[in-house]
Amino acid sequence: MSNVPANLRYTKDHEWIRLDADGTATIGITDHAQAALGDVTFVDLPKAGKIFAHGDVFGTVESVKAASDLYSPVACEILEANGALNNAPDLVNREPYTSAWMIRVKVTNPAELSALLDAAGYSAVL
Amino acid sequence: MPETLARTPLYALHVELGARLVPFAGWEMPVQYTGIIEEHLAVRRTAGLFDVSHMGEARVRGADAATFLDGIMTNEMASIRIGTARYTVMCQPDGGCVDDLIVYRLAETEFLICLNASNAPKDIAWMRSLIGKAKVEIIDECNDWAQLALQGPLAEQILATLTSLPLATLKRFAFVIGEVAGAAGCIVSRTGYTGSPGFEIYLPSTSADKVARALLAAGRPLGLIPTGLGARDSLRLEAHYPLYGHEISERISPIQAGLGWTVKFAKPAFVGREALARQAEGGPPSSVILFSLDDRRIARQGAAIFAGEISVGEVLSGTLSPLLNKPIGTALVAAGYAGSADLCVDIRGHRIPLLIATAPFVK
Repeated sequence: MSNVPANLRYTKDHEWIRLDADGTATIGITDHAQAALGDVTFVDLPKAGKIFAHGDVFGTVESVKAASDLYSPVACEILEANGALNNAPDLVNREPYTSAWMIRVKVTNPAELSALLDAAGYSAVL
Repeated sequence: MPETLARTPLYALHVELGARLVPFAGWEMPVQYTGIIEEHLAVRRTAGLFDVSHMGEARVRGADAATFLDGIMTNEMASIRIGTARYTVMCQPDGGCVDDLIVYRLAETEFLICLNASNAPKDIAWMRSLIGKAKVEIIDECNDWAQLALQGPLAEQILATLTSLPLATLKRFAFVIGEVAGAAGCIVSRTGYTGSPGFEIYLPSTSADKVARALLAAGRPLGLIPTGLGARDSLRLEAHYPLYGHEISERISPIQAGLGWTVKFAKPAFVGREALARQAEGGPPSSVILFSLDDRRIARQGAAIFAGEISVGEVLSGTLSPLLNKPIGTALVAAGYAGSADLCVDIRGHRIPLLIATAPFVK
């Protein structure tokens, strides 16, 4: 069974979102997603300042087997991408919810947050 | 409706080992157990055990077996010595590949042929259609045999604990028949599809589970792990071995694929000879190159190859080489561009220069 922490929100596309106290959010992919991808070899992430609508492709995660698009779970502006993944993409396999966060963003349409799944809701789609 | 997938005799073992099973060539096969990179490196450093029971087998026997095979294969068949095997391509009249195969000579008038899983029914029908008046029969034995590939530098040490067959003196592309882990009638062949030393073991389907478990038990302490088709693909690509449907196909001939050494024009006649001779003399319209990338992105099948702004080809296979820790791949490139120094591949809008390799990444 894959790990689904209770304190995060999720999408059906297997991304997680952590809402931080300062109104920013941190986004990554779930344990289920990393297991399905297998050995991650590369993560292509956007530069700070880029703006995405809900559902836009914001990056790519690549494993030995395939390249998969990353979808923006909410409308957002990129504040920071996780540079550590450039040199250590395998962090995505080892620590998908912590050191392998992918982007930190400003949520530009907070109303969209209510559509995200909670841990129970996400577990139900697995 | 998805067709029903076939399962190998090791299906229960794969499930027990936690394999990720995927559809492949009509079979439900393990793509990985613990991870492709770990499994790949185990084969390079210690040993890996692959279930390749999806591969097909056909027995060709009869007074004319050798001459019949010489008429349908590009490589020389009559000169194969009993107890040895030879890699060959079987071509269409236009030079395109029906399949690539390994032919084992069991006796003067008897051969066992290993076929690609996805091509096996087509191959057998093709061979039968060419029998004509030859005194030969072709027996479909795909369901009779299981096949294990024990590959890696420790393969011989591991296998030697389970058989008294003379492994140490067995040369590359030679085979012996006998008992492995108490199972009689096994063909043990020093062949492989990884670029590392090792064996392929053809064994009666009913013995496969027992032998696979015995090999894993004997090899685990030495570092043997079960390995899946994912690692098999990255291993064969490092060794620049072709995969049907990628580097060779009905539209890519052995001459284009760099397999000219398997095409023996000295033979008087074989299917595809004229077309292949024209390609060999005049140069083929396109040819297969091996490359690496100084990047992290993997160039995957279908990615376009450019020389400047001209599209000159496409990627046939691509993966990450765990050995180099760089992407590697093959591409089909139009005549005149194969040696070009300024080829690039387009990966999601990024143009990345190809570093053309003149030799496989493993010997």
